Amino acid sequence: MRWNRRHLITLEELSLQEIETIHRIATVFKKSLGKHEKKLPYLVGRTIVNLFLEPSTRTRMAFEMAAKRLSADVVSFDAASSSTTKGETLRDTAENIQALNADAIVIRHAAAGSPLYLSKLLGIPVVNAGDGAHEHPTQGLLDTFTMREHLGTLKGRKVVILGDILFSRVARSNVHALLKFGANVTLVGPSTLVPRTFEHMGAKVSHDLRSALADAEVVMLLRIQHERQNSSLFPSLGEYTSMFGLNKTRASWLNPNAIIMHPGPINRGVEIDSELADGDRSVILEQVTNGIAVRMAVLFLCSGGQPAQVLGDEA
Amino acid sequence: MPSLWIANARVIDPANRRDDVSDVFVHEGKLVSSLPATARKRARKIDGTGLVACPGLVDIHVHFREPGQTHKETISTGSRAAAAGGFTTVVCMPNTSPVADNAGTIQFINDAIRRDAVIKVHPTGCITVGMKGQALAPIGSLKRAGVVAITDDGDCVQANELMRRAVEYAKMFDLPVMDHCQDHSMTQGAVMNEGEMSMRLGLRGWPNAAEDIIVARNVILSTYTGAHIHMQHISSRNSVEILRRAKSRGVNVTAEATPHHIALTDSLLGTYDTNLKMNPPLRTEEDRLEIIRGLKDGTLDCLATDHAPHTDYEKDKEFDFAPNGILGLETALPVTLQTLVGKHKFKLPYVIDLWTRKAAQIVKLPVGSLSEGAAADICLFDPDEVWRYDAKNGFSKSSNSPWHGQDLRGRVKYTIVDGRIVFENGRIV
Repeated sequence: MRWNRRHLITLEELSLQEIETIHRIATVFKKSLGKHEKKLPYLVGRTIVNLFLEPSTRTRMAFEMAAKRLSADVVSFDAASSSTTKGETLRDTAENIQALNADAIVIRHAAAGSPLYLSKLLGIPVVNAGDGAHEHPTQGLLDTFTMREHLGTLKGRKVVILGDILFSRVARSNVHALLKFGANVTLVGPSTLVPRTFEHMGAKVSHDLRSALADAEVVMLLRIQHERQNSSLFPSLGEYTSMFGLNKTRASWLNPNAIIMHPGPINRGVEIDSELADGDRSVILEQVTNGIAVRMAVLFLCSGGQPAQVLGDEA
Repeated sequence: MPSLWIANARVIDPANRRDDVSDVFVHEGKLVSSLPATARKRARKIDGTGLVACPGLVDIHVHFREPGQTHKETISTGSRAAAAGGFTTVVCMPNTSPVADNAGTIQFINDAIRRDAVIKVHPTGCITVGMKGQALAPIGSLKRAGVVAITDDGDCVQANELMRRAVEYAKMFDLPVMDHCQDHSMTQGAVMNEGEMSMRLGLRGWPNAAEDIIVARNVILSTYTGAHIHMQHISSRNSVEILRRAKSRGVNVTAEATPHHIALTDSLLGTYDTNLKMNPPLRTEEDRLEIIRGLKDGTLDCLATDHAPHTDYEKDKEFDFAPNGILGLETALPVTLQTLVGKHKFKLPYVIDLWTRKAAQIVKLPVGSLSEGAAADICLFDPDEVWRYDAKNGFSKSSNSPWHGQDLRGRVKYTIVDGRIVFENGRIV
């Protein structure tokens, strides 16, 4: 197939074929990661700006590494010491970045819709690295990539996403992608964090952990974002852990071959016990590694690359 | 001032149950049944063929931003936008800067109205000092300074005891208390309706229960005190039902609906267009249809625009950070004609009644009819003309409208205030 998108804003808008194309390219790129000489020449001479207006560690570093491994130059934007602290608008900041001859912008922003807003303003590719509680498309891509590595096909597989769904962009992106792959998605957590409205997306909603986890082949844990919650959505972290935290007993309800995922950062002892986070079933660090390969694929395609350049005749 | 002779128009005057093709005469600023012979010869004759002549429209909910935010709108520009929309009387909200919580600020506003307004503009005053919801504003002094109602619009008095005392006290002055019904504790950080769309878009939702709770509170307070409480910009289907039951019991409450809440829903927000961001937010199709039912059965008393200008640069930002509000005055009539008459088969006189007599009654203003001897406030519009609305070239100082660039059916041709033509075929006269 030919790649026709300049921006990556949501997984909701991507077709299954487009997601699979990204995964196939990521598979090729992943092979280069373990080599001594890791650089690929696809983005030589390009400059990519990481416009991270919200704190991030792994996503920002993964995008930076991904760009560098494609031989691009990377400029990382430090919100704390930038003109945004002087009241500069997002439009002005982004237009200045474009005027500085950047070739693409990767944006992380606390306000949902910000990447879409920038994509309408700018003539350069915009990649969403997480916008508020809306979407985190590259996370959804790397998560489904990781699941496919372990499970093969996702069709008919039972995937449980457990935790703070309401405020999670990761959950939304994963639901969109997983449903396109034909997976059965169950969202679990307290009723205040997992409202029934998510059923409109095509996912199941459950507040009963035992039945939700029974025979699940993937359980993806989400961090309780207590810093976003200014009201009492649940009584305490302790109560959350006692009702919904993943421990050894609860993990035994899963399918024996199930994998445990977490987009990070982990609140150890809150949503997951350390023993499980570091255990055999955990693929949490694989997710991090895969994040580089998937983001390489996204940056390559949004910068004008075509699948055939990487996949050859298989494209 | 020359006399006016509007000939051969469809004259719709709901206050007098009039709907016929005939003439309207204006002499010395008043409506008359016929012109004296000499005046008839000199009268300015307007061919009303194909046009509707009705009382000048009345909007009891506009924001003219003066004093303090005149980069968005002024009484001068706002009143011109109103005239272009067929309005001859508007009631402006007190959430200016400073807020209109004292007689001196009302005096300032009244001076600006006298100096700059091309239509009749009436101020409101705040319910509470500084609109902080903590202490009663000097309501008696505000009344003496000329306010027609009190409201903390843009905000809502949260303390029930304070609201109870406000309505009790205002009743002594026969002042309606207008309320923006919003429970703050349920809407922290909310930027759109809570529901499927807010879930999909990852935006913080404003549940309609937060409106329903305050509407119910106000029904209870009105029942208890007998005071008149007017519910502004009703957006929730349950609020309509609460009001319906209250009115069936004779409770002294009234309510308004806006053109945007009857024409648009939150399903449009997928583009994160900040010109669709308002408070209360656009809600669901079920809410929209129930508001229309409420207008049809009289639960909702009138229409009002909540005309809320903001500059382009204020709206041009992330959805979370853009201010609430849209323009309404220049599109109100065509949008309501299209929605209510066109799609929902309301009778045209009924819709005009919502914009005239019934609106005026809420704030007890002696306007909204074509009665003989009344001030000649007239709107003359073509119900069938299709035109493209260009907010950038409108009369408001701002252009934040979801209808910018759209074709609208129904166009105001003349607006007449006290017998003087103030708007004629696209121009302020």
